[in-house]
Amino acid sequence: MAFSAATANFNPLNTPSLRSHDNHLVTSVSPSPFFGSTAKLRLSSSPKFNVHRRSGSVVAVSEAVKEKKPKSTPNLLITKEEGLELYEDMVLGRAFEDMCAQMYYRGKMFGFVHLYNGQEAVSTGFIKLLKQQDSVVSTYRDHVHALSKGVPARAVMSELFGKTTGCCRGQGGSMHMFSREHNLLGGFAFIGEGIPVATGAAFTSKYKREVLKEVDCDHVTLAFFGDGTCNNGQFYECLNMAALWKLPIVFVVENNLWAIGMSHLRSTSDPQIYKKGPAFGMPGVHVDGMDVLKVREVAKEAISRARRGEGPTLVECETYRFRGHSLADPDELRDPAEKSRYTARDPITALKKYIIESNLASEAELKAIDKKIDEVVEDAVEFADESPVPPRSQLLENVFADPKGFGIGPDGRYRCEDPKFTQGTAHV
Amino acid sequence: MFRVKYVFLQFVCLLQEKKEREREMALRNIMGKRVGIGLMGSRALSTATCDVESGSAKSINLYSAINQALHVALETDPRAFVFGEDVSFGGVFRCTTGLADRFGKARVFNTPLCEQGIVGFGIGLAAMGNRAIAEIQFADYIYPAFDQIVNEAAKFRYRSGNQFNCGGLTIRAPYGAVGHGGHYHSQSPEAFFCHVPGIKVVIPRSPRQAKGLLLSCIRDPNPVVFFEPKWLYRLAVEEVPEHDYMLPLSEAEVIRQGSDITLVGWGAQLSIMEQACIEAEKDGISCELIDLKTLIPWDKETVEASVRKTGRVLISHEAPVTGGFGAEISASIVECCFLRLEAPVARVCGLDTPFPLVFEPFYMPTKNKILDAIKATVNY
Repeated sequence: MAFSAATANFNPLNTPSLRSHDNHLVTSVSPSPFFGSTAKLRLSSSPKFNVHRRSGSVVAVSEAVKEKKPKSTPNLLITKEEGLELYEDMVLGRAFEDMCAQMYYRGKMFGFVHLYNGQEAVSTGFIKLLKQQDSVVSTYRDHVHALSKGVPARAVMSELFGKTTGCCRGQGGSMHMFSREHNLLGGFAFIGEGIPVATGAAFTSKYKREVLKEVDCDHVTLAFFGDGTCNNGQFYECLNMAALWKLPIVFVVENNLWAIGMSHLRSTSDPQIYKKGPAFGMPGVHVDGMDVLKVREVAKEAISRARRGEGPTLVECETYRFRGHSLADPDELRDPAEKSRYTARDPITALKKYIIESNLASEAELKAIDKKIDEVVEDAVEFADESPVPPRSQLLENVFADPKGFGIGPDGRYRCEDPKFTQGTAHV
Repeated sequence: MFRVKYVFLQFVCLLQEKKEREREMALRNIMGKRVGIGLMGSRALSTATCDVESGSAKSINLYSAINQALHVALETDPRAFVFGEDVSFGGVFRCTTGLADRFGKARVFNTPLCEQGIVGFGIGLAAMGNRAIAEIQFADYIYPAFDQIVNEAAKFRYRSGNQFNCGGLTIRAPYGAVGHGGHYHSQSPEAFFCHVPGIKVVIPRSPRQAKGLLLSCIRDPNPVVFFEPKWLYRLAVEEVPEHDYMLPLSEAEVIRQGSDITLVGWGAQLSIMEQACIEAEKDGISCELIDLKTLIPWDKETVEASVRKTGRVLISHEAPVTGGFGAEISASIVECCFLRLEAPVARVCGLDTPFPLVFEPFYMPTKNKILDAIKATVNY
C-alpha cells in the first residue's frame, strides 16, 4: 500500500526538487478511504530542503474530523465487533485512570503516577492489533498500555497499590508494569531507556524467524515514547540500528506537545518528528492521534510491514494529555485554549459518535459497556484493597538470579530469614 | 515521624550558628578576603567579602536557599548560565524560579531531554571560560551524563596540560529518598563520582549550608557535582543570610560535640543521625556528629581528630552499603587510627538492593538501626 510506495520513492540523494512539507506526496499514494475525513495520509520521503519554519502550532496532517453521511453501502473501516472492542478498551483506559486519580488523592497509592487521559486512541489503535506474543515497550505512562495489551485491571491496580497480587508483585509500582504472559516489556521511568530494549526484542523475533527457521514467528515489537524522548540520543541510536538490520519494530511517538513543562516546539529544532524516519531509511508517518480509526489504519500497515519483514516504521501520533504530567503536576503552564481544543477532540466521544452514526451499535449497547467497565474498575479496586502487602522477605529477592546473592547475612543464612533482620528495636 | 526532622534541624542550626560564626571569623582572619578553596586553583575567583554578622537573615527552606544562591551567582558573574530540563519555569522543585525572568532566556534556558548532551554542553561552556550551572532533574538521571563527567569533565585540565579546564562547571542534582520515589527518583549516586579524581562532590545538609556551599561550588575552579537532598527541599527551614556568602569546601563540620563515638554523615541523613544521637544521649552515650559536606576531597583531618578523641566511628548514608562512600571513610580511618579504635567501624547504610518502592522504610538506614549500631559499637 502506501508504505511500500513510499520506500520505493525514497531516495534522498536524487530528489533535488523543492519539497515543502505542505506538498502532498506523489500521486501513487491514493488517499485512504478514511471515513469521515478528507485527510490524506502523508509520508515524508525527502529529508532535504526542509522549508519548515517553526510555527506556533503543530501542523496536523489530517484536518479535524469532518463527518460524512454514511453511504448506503457503508465503506466502514471497522465491523461492529471491532468497534465495540475499541470502544471498550478506550473506556477501560479512561475509567481506570480516573479511578487512579481518585485513589491517589485518597492515599491508597503513592509515588509518581502519570495518567494517560486523552491519549487512549494511540494505545487502543495500536495494541489491539497485536497478538499475545507481540511485545510492547512503554514509558512511565504505561497503565493503559498494560490494560490494552491484556494485563487484567486487577493486576494493574494491585501493582499500583503495591500489593503482592500486582503484575510485578508490588515491586515496581506505577511506572514499571511488566508482564511475561502478555509480553509487556515494561514501563520505564527513564525516558528513552525502553527503546533499545524494544530494539533488542525485535531482533530476537527476526533471529528466530531467519536463523532458527521458526517460519511462523512474525512477532512485532512496539516501542511507545513521547516527544521529549525524540531529543535523546538513545532514540536516534535505535532508529539507526532498527533500519540497518530491518527489525520488525514500530516506533510510536505519542507527541502530546509537552515534556512536563517544556513545549515540544521550543525544544526541538525540527518539531515534525515523523521526518526523522526517512533520515534513517524508514518511512515516517504522521497521524492524528485523537482519532482511533486513523491510528488503527496506520498501525495496521506499519505492523503488517514489520510482520512481512520489511523493517521498521516511525509513526508520530499527534495527541494530547488532558491531565498534568503526573498527579503532582499542577498543570499551570498549558494554555487553557489549547486544552479545550483538544478536549473537543476527545477520542472516546469521537468513536462513540462514529459508531452511533454509522449504526454499528446503539447507544444502549455503549452505555452497557460503560457500566460494565465501571464494574470492572471497581472490582479491581476492591481486589487490590483486599490483597496482602508483600512480605518483608520480598525486599531482598530477585536482586540477582541466585536468591542467596547479596542477601546473605554474616551467619551465612539468607538474610531475610534472620529474625533479627531489622535489629530489635527497629520500626517494622 | 520524619516531620519532626525539620524542627530538630532548626534547633540544631540555631545552636551551631554561633559556632559557625566563630569559625568563619577565624577563617576570615587567616585568609583575609574570602577566597574559595581549590586544589588546583589557577582560575581567578570572585571574592565575596563576607560579613556574616551584618545583613538580615530570613527563615526559608532549601529550595529557596538554592534559588537565592543561583540569583547571586548569576548577578555577580555576567557569564554564568543556568540550564537543564524545565528550569525556565522554575524547575520541578522550584529551585530556579524567577531566574529566567530576571536574567533573560539567553542565560537561563531549557534544554531538550538529553542528560549526556546537557553535561557535555556544560563542559564546552566551561572550557570557554563561562560558569555553567547544569541541572540534572533527578540524580537518578545522571547516568547518561556519567560518561561525560568521568571521562571529560574530570580529565579536562589534566589531559590538556592545564591549557583548558572546565572548572566553571557545576552540576546540580536532587538526590536521595523522598518517601515515595521508588527506583528512579530516590537514588544516591554520590559513591560513583567519589571514585573519580578531578571532580568534587558536595552535599549540603540544610538551607544555610546549601546557599553557601553552592556559591562556593560555582566559584570553585574545579568541576563540582552538587547533590541536593530532595527530601529537605520543603522540609528543612532555617535562617539564611540574604547576602552573598560562601562556605569553604573540603572542610567537615562537627555539628555536635561528644566523647564516646563519632558519627559521620552528609545530607538528609544527618537529621536522622541527629535524632539517634539525642536518643543515645538518654542512655548516656555522648555522640560526636560530623557533617562531611564535601565528599571528595574529604576532610580527613577533622574526622581523624574526632576518632582519636572518641575511639569509635559510625558512618551512615542512604546509598547501598557495599561500595558506598562509607567504605572509603572506613578504610581511611582504619589506616590512620587502627590502634586507637576500640571497635570496628560501623556502617549503617541502605541495603544492597535497588531502591525499593514499597519497602523503603526497611531499606533506609533509620534512626533505630543507627541507634542499635551505636549501642553495639559502644558496648563492643
